[in-house]
Amino acid sequence: MPAPIRLRELIRTIRTARTQAEEREMIQKECAAIRSSFREEDNTYRCRNVAKLLYMHMLGYPAHFGQLECLKLIASQKFTDKRIGYLGAMLLLDERQDVHLLMTNCIKNDLNHSTQYVQGLALCTLGCMGSSEMCRDLAGEVEKLLKTSNSYLRKKAALCAVHVIRKVPELMEMFLPATKNLLNEKNHGVLHTSVVLLTEMCERSPDMLSHFRKLVPQLVRILKNLIMSGYSPEHDVSGISDPFLQVRILRLLRILGRNDDDSSEAMNDILAQVATNTETSKNVGNAILYETVLTIMDIKSESGLRVLAINILGRFLLNNDKNIRYVALTSLLKTVQTDHNAVQRHRSTIVDCLKDLDVSIKRRAMELSFALVNGNNIRGMMKELLYFLDSCEPEFKADCASGIFLAAEKYAPSKRWHIDTIMRVLTTAGSYVRDDAVPNLIQLITNSMEMHAYTVQKLYKAILGDYSQQPLVQVASWCMGEYGDLLISDQCEEEEPVQVTEEEVLDILESVLISNMSASVTRGYALTAIMKLSTRFTCTVNRIKKVVSIYGSSIDVELQQRAVEYNALFKKYDHMRSALLERMPVMEKVTTNGPTEIVQTNGETEPAVLETKPPPSGLQPTSQANDLLDLLGGNDITPVIPTAPTSKPASAGGELLDLLGDLNLTASPASVAAPQISQPPFLLDGLSSQPLFNDIAAGIPSITAYSKNGLKIDFTFERSNTNPSVTVITIQASNSTELDMTDFVFQAAVPKTFQLQLLSPSSSIIPAFNTGTITQVIKVLNPQKQQLRMRIKLTYNHKGSAMQDLAEVNNFPPQSWQ
Amino acid sequence: MIKAILIFNNHGKPRLSKFYQRYSEDTQQQIIRETFHLVSKRDENVCNFLEGGLLIGGSDNKLIYRHYATLYFVFCVDSSESELGILDLIQVFVETLDKCFENVCELDLIFHVDKVHNILSEMVMGGMVLETNMNEIVTQIDAQNKLEKSETFIFQSPRQDR
Repeated sequence: MPAPIRLRELIRTIRTARTQAEEREMIQKECAAIRSSFREEDNTYRCRNVAKLLYMHMLGYPAHFGQLECLKLIASQKFTDKRIGYLGAMLLLDERQDVHLLMTNCIKNDLNHSTQYVQGLALCTLGCMGSSEMCRDLAGEVEKLLKTSNSYLRKKAALCAVHVIRKVPELMEMFLPATKNLLNEKNHGVLHTSVVLLTEMCERSPDMLSHFRKLVPQLVRILKNLIMSGYSPEHDVSGISDPFLQVRILRLLRILGRNDDDSSEAMNDILAQVATNTETSKNVGNAILYETVLTIMDIKSESGLRVLAINILGRFLLNNDKNIRYVALTSLLKTVQTDHNAVQRHRSTIVDCLKDLDVSIKRRAMELSFALVNGNNIRGMMKELLYFLDSCEPEFKADCASGIFLAAEKYAPSKRWHIDTIMRVLTTAGSYVRDDAVPNLIQLITNSMEMHAYTVQKLYKAILGDYSQQPLVQVASWCMGEYGDLLISDQCEEEEPVQVTEEEVLDILESVLISNMSASVTRGYALTAIMKLSTRFTCTVNRIKKVVSIYGSSIDVELQQRAVEYNALFKKYDHMRSALLERMPVMEKVTTNGPTEIVQTNGETEPAVLETKPPPSGLQPTSQANDLLDLLGGNDITPVIPTAPTSKPASAGGELLDLLGDLNLTASPASVAAPQISQPPFLLDGLSSQPLFNDIAAGIPSITAYSKNGLKIDFTFERSNTNPSVTVITIQASNSTELDMTDFVFQAAVPKTFQLQLLSPSSSIIPAFNTGTITQVIKVLNPQKQQLRMRIKLTYNHKGSAMQDLAEVNNFPPQSWQ
Repeated sequence: MIKAILIFNNHGKPRLSKFYQRYSEDTQQQIIRETFHLVSKRDENVCNFLEGGLLIGGSDNKLIYRHYATLYFVFCVDSSESELGILDLIQVFVETLDKCFENVCELDLIFHVDKVHNILSEMVMGGMVLETNMNEIVTQIDAQNKLEKSETFIFQSPRQDR
């Protein structure tokens, strides 16, 4: 068998291939040759063959038959063989193959080899792909090498230790004694990897964190030496002495100083020094500055330092280098929650970044802009954002549209502005809007009664020319159906009211029906709209009848069904037609599960992650009467849906009631539309993304549940149409005294046979003199139809003192629970 | 942590691929293709940071890349690494290659993939930065190469010149 060709020749041959097929052929031929060579157990050429195999693996061809050969190479005595063998192990093997365990013994021997490079190879391989079993076996060896004086090996051992800790966290304590004098090293490589090891340990265990806090002065000293040391040729990168080490130390300082006043104090000076002395002309300096800023923002630094940090970020924003700007936007996004006002100062620069050509920068700027929108700047910001929506890439449009909707809902200065904004979004980015924007918009329009004429005029004008954007057409058809009479009656505040006739309106709706661009849902909207107009228009009823009857034989089943039913309405039930097609009542804005809903937080602004609620028993003191079952009200903040279902079974002991957590979601557009918490289905039956059309006019009388010391709480009731055992109570709390009541918390408890669910309150402050109210929704499940009773507990701050009161509510009207 | 280091040329042919997190071979090739696709679309004067693609991405990971002549050097990192620091690291890596290969060009990387891997192993280990001092790295590499050469001499075997 001729000697296998060298790697270089193989590469040369492959490069001559002109097509993919040719290349594949060559590779297959070579693979066959390699396989037979492996079978011959030839020690001399094994190394060459495996090298070729690795090359082919990189190109994407299967190379698994070389795995055992790598092991044989590792076991060989020659350094050359070991080098290729270990490389092959790192590239081809992983913990999923059992073969890798055979390496453990070889690595163990090599860790104790006389040549440091062999030891280095072994450490490297273990640190890259060691599985947990291997790490457990070999951790002792690694720990031994961590204490050696050979800096080459020590630094590798440190990183290997990090890998071991990642794989087997329980072994962390084993490395603790070895870390004692790691920081005393002079060698920068060892220092660097030691800091990485310390960082990993601190991140994983709070005990380690407190233990290592005492290292802060030493770290500060090292950092100081680096900055002051002047020019040192070996570690110099563009004029700064070992920036990598500086950055690492800064990061470790950040972790140590978080939430700890003493450490933060010790660091203040050095951070100020780095922030002011670092040269910013090159990327290196900026890297250090950036890290310093992040550290300042994270620890408990003094306010002067924080202002310095934000100003540095502001300067970054103006830098010509795109990378710096990108990095500045990212860090501003992180700090905008905590230092909102400081970031607001840079708002104009951030908004300018929206016009940048770079996609990454635009995305960051968009997210940051949404975070900065508040009641004061909403008009200006919205103008910029709408302009951005016009001109941005399609991948942004969906997020931008959702963000605009959210911001508009939170801060709209007036209903007209709100509707205008939504219309603008629908016309510019109509096809990218999310599906639930349509029902939300419809609800908004219904609720603003004075704007009906204006809205329908605008919508009519919008779709006159172009009815391809489905959400816009859907909303427009619905509105024209509802308010068609306002449209033709010419009553509107618009500057140039459009003279519309009934025929024109029907023309538009019919063209929507016919058009190929309309989705089936849109056609449904149009057909229903036409039908509704039969009661609102006077001259064109015959035309409407004709249209409706045509669609009685439509291929689309939904359309056909609607048309047939409407036809029947005309023929047999004409007397009911006007009642059925009456104007829609104002829809109650029930807090829904849609991701576009606003979150009513209790004044907290941090979007912290909500852990599953601890069982209620641990929370409230049981000093109350035995059967008052204090519940954690729905007043908890930050209702991010936990990933695990949080339904708690009714405790068998019967004392505690089920508390089903909040249903609200955070309002950020980027957050995943969370699935429903898996709760007993009945309570959620009535809730869907469409608001409940509860019949308020059915007249369940509302009651005053509590009235004392100027605080009045009213209950209004609704019964769910789909689930008769659910009663939805909306409480309204008002304050007739001269001072506001703050930190208002409402809690309720019901007897054992009931289930209770509290949603988030609208706020926690009741303004004085009845100028405003807090509303909160309570859902009560009453499967046994027993008489509803409730105990409520109120806590609030008033006139500087904390007030608390308990009361029982017994005057529930029978219609609310029967 | 560095999740992956990829080097490919202007046409997407991989010149070096090192993954520090486990992916199957198919996924690895897909990642290379996807990364090339994302990176090649970039203009010359935009920033060097990209959100990762679907495969190696996720909200945490970023692609940090630099374009030198005909090669793209791409590091996929998670949020624990400083982005600007990684940019400098790429620069140091390329300078080290330059020192080891004397005016390195793409052909050097093509024909000496294993040597490039060795140099990389001296700089990044297990996804973490090991050594950034160029001279130190070059010294170690030279010593190890000498060790190899001495072996071939001692054992008098046919030239193991790969």
